[in-house]
Amino acid sequence: MIEKAFKGTIGYWLWLCFLSALALAGFISYLRQLDIGLGITGMGRDVSWGLYIANFTFFVGIAASSVVVVLPYYLHDYKKFGDIIILGEFLAVSSVVVTILFILVDLGVPSRVLNVLIYPSPSSLLFWDMVVLTGYLILNIVIGWWSFDAKVKEIEPPIWIKPLVYISIPWAISIHTVTAFIYSGLSAKPLWHTALLAPRFLASAFASGPSVLIVLCFIIRRWFGFNIERDVIKKIAIIVTYALSIHIFFMLAEIYTVLYSDLPSHKSHFEFLFLGVPGNRFLIPWTWGSTVGAIIAFVLFLISHKKNDSLVIFASIITVVSIWLEKGFCLIIGGFVPTPFEEYPKYVPTIFELFITLGIYAAGGLILTILYKTVVSFRQSK
Amino acid sequence: MNRRDFLKITGILAIGAASHQTAMILLSSEVKGDQAKKKRWAMAISFSACVKREGCRDCIDNCHLIHNVPEFTDNKDKIQWIWSSHYESVFGEQTNMFTKGMLKNLSVLCLCNHCENPPCVKVCPTKATWKNKDGIIMIDYHRCIGCRYCMAACPYDARSFNWKDPKPFIKEINRDFPTRAKGVVEKCNFCEERITQGLLPACVEACPEKALTFGDLNDPESDISRLLKTRFSIQRKPHLGTDPKVFYLF
Repeated sequence: MIEKAFKGTIGYWLWLCFLSALALAGFISYLRQLDIGLGITGMGRDVSWGLYIANFTFFVGIAASSVVVVLPYYLHDYKKFGDIIILGEFLAVSSVVVTILFILVDLGVPSRVLNVLIYPSPSSLLFWDMVVLTGYLILNIVIGWWSFDAKVKEIEPPIWIKPLVYISIPWAISIHTVTAFIYSGLSAKPLWHTALLAPRFLASAFASGPSVLIVLCFIIRRWFGFNIERDVIKKIAIIVTYALSIHIFFMLAEIYTVLYSDLPSHKSHFEFLFLGVPGNRFLIPWTWGSTVGAIIAFVLFLISHKKNDSLVIFASIITVVSIWLEKGFCLIIGGFVPTPFEEYPKYVPTIFELFITLGIYAAGGLILTILYKTVVSFRQSK
Repeated sequence: MNRRDFLKITGILAIGAASHQTAMILLSSEVKGDQAKKKRWAMAISFSACVKREGCRDCIDNCHLIHNVPEFTDNKDKIQWIWSSHYESVFGEQTNMFTKGMLKNLSVLCLCNHCENPPCVKVCPTKATWKNKDGIIMIDYHRCIGCRYCMAACPYDARSFNWKDPKPFIKEINRDFPTRAKGVVEKCNFCEERITQGLLPACVEACPEKALTFGDLNDPESDISRLLKTRFSIQRKPHLGTDPKVFYLF
């Protein structure tokens, strides 16, 4: 079945080459990081988690969001999602691989990663994160592949698939909840220390993940002529709209609580993110960009159902960028600034760090392209 | 089930419960016995004695020399086991408009607080950091995977990461103490290696003003217990419930 992924147009091969080259550049940069140490990145004693952990957080959200298409299909028998479900699951597979890679490149001594299994520590949320992410990866590969295989052979999927699907629904919620708990359980970091963090993560995941899916649907329609019904995309756009509204509401609730209660330790992080401090106004554009972006995207989605596709695509892209800026950058960096010593250090990713990050994106893109190509080729041969 | 079976089962259950109870009693008495033997190492730092010599860093230098702590030039790579900072930065929540002037030049020694309830230990995914029987927070440099979760969890910034190979930055290698490799976290160990030999911690020994007092809180007759009973002391961020073992005396 997978052999279909290796027959394509020149454009398709060029795309694969481009991704491979990017992944290779990332890999070479990583070898350099292995040699010199994480000092090669912009991270330091104050901002000790950076782009890697932030991207890890963002992509856990993308991975979890496949539940948005799985749930209506299996629990509400919404048959129209039948075609897109496989795309959601394969997006989840490649996103989980990306999250695992981001964790790996962030480790100081990656060769010891198996210590997490050799000395299991149930009191650590990182241990649980590894458990749920691995489980989620396996679930999605198994469910995705076997149900796709059944479709190809035009037979009923094996009966054990259904229970696995039902398990995968709460499991998807769990991966992003555990990821949020990594942060929200720390009393040392007031920005993260809020019970709203896990609900916020889920809301923003259900906005950003399906938005990625919408963009991907349009891309494969354009490139491969693979048509996903307009109705389906509309339905997903509605889900994104609701998720965005909840995301914005949660954000405002957080801001109200912090500003009205006026607790200095909590407020200082928000002041830094939104207003900056003399000498460090570095994150202001990103924070405002993310906040305003979320609101603009929400309004665009609201009016988009009467308009053409390009507006939906545009709103989806803004959603992804907005959530990435929030979860994939500002939230993690902002948690470390100000430091416990009330200092405001700057964090700027280095070129190596950027290449490693892009390399991981490319690796995820390669997996996604190959999986999607297989699906598309099969559908077109029918 | 007949009556006989019923009696048998209840009998077995009763014996089980009773033996469980005795076991619990025995265990708890053992725990109590252990408690008496257990040390609770702590440190008290006197502000008034510490400020006597301006610019003095004898404690820091001695600690860093003995423990092979590298000296990085770039601030972001810095590794510190004990260091000094301003009063307002360390005790920001215990500052007011008057202390701001009064304590402006007061520098405060900072080190790992060896919390009774350490957030760093809880988050470690490999149990590479733990609280030993005497309450010291230890790190296994050969098990640490370098995820830096403990650094994010520490409210005192007491932990440093080896962003680069530290060896070229160690001025003079002390062969009696291990050096660390790049990619692991390290911090003050309350001189665990010295106190097991009956020595005082390196910083305490180095202080020319005897500003640092080290001892066992479980021993009511120890110097530190007596000092803390008679002098007013504060701890860093006590509201976090970590129960720090480093006290600051006014």
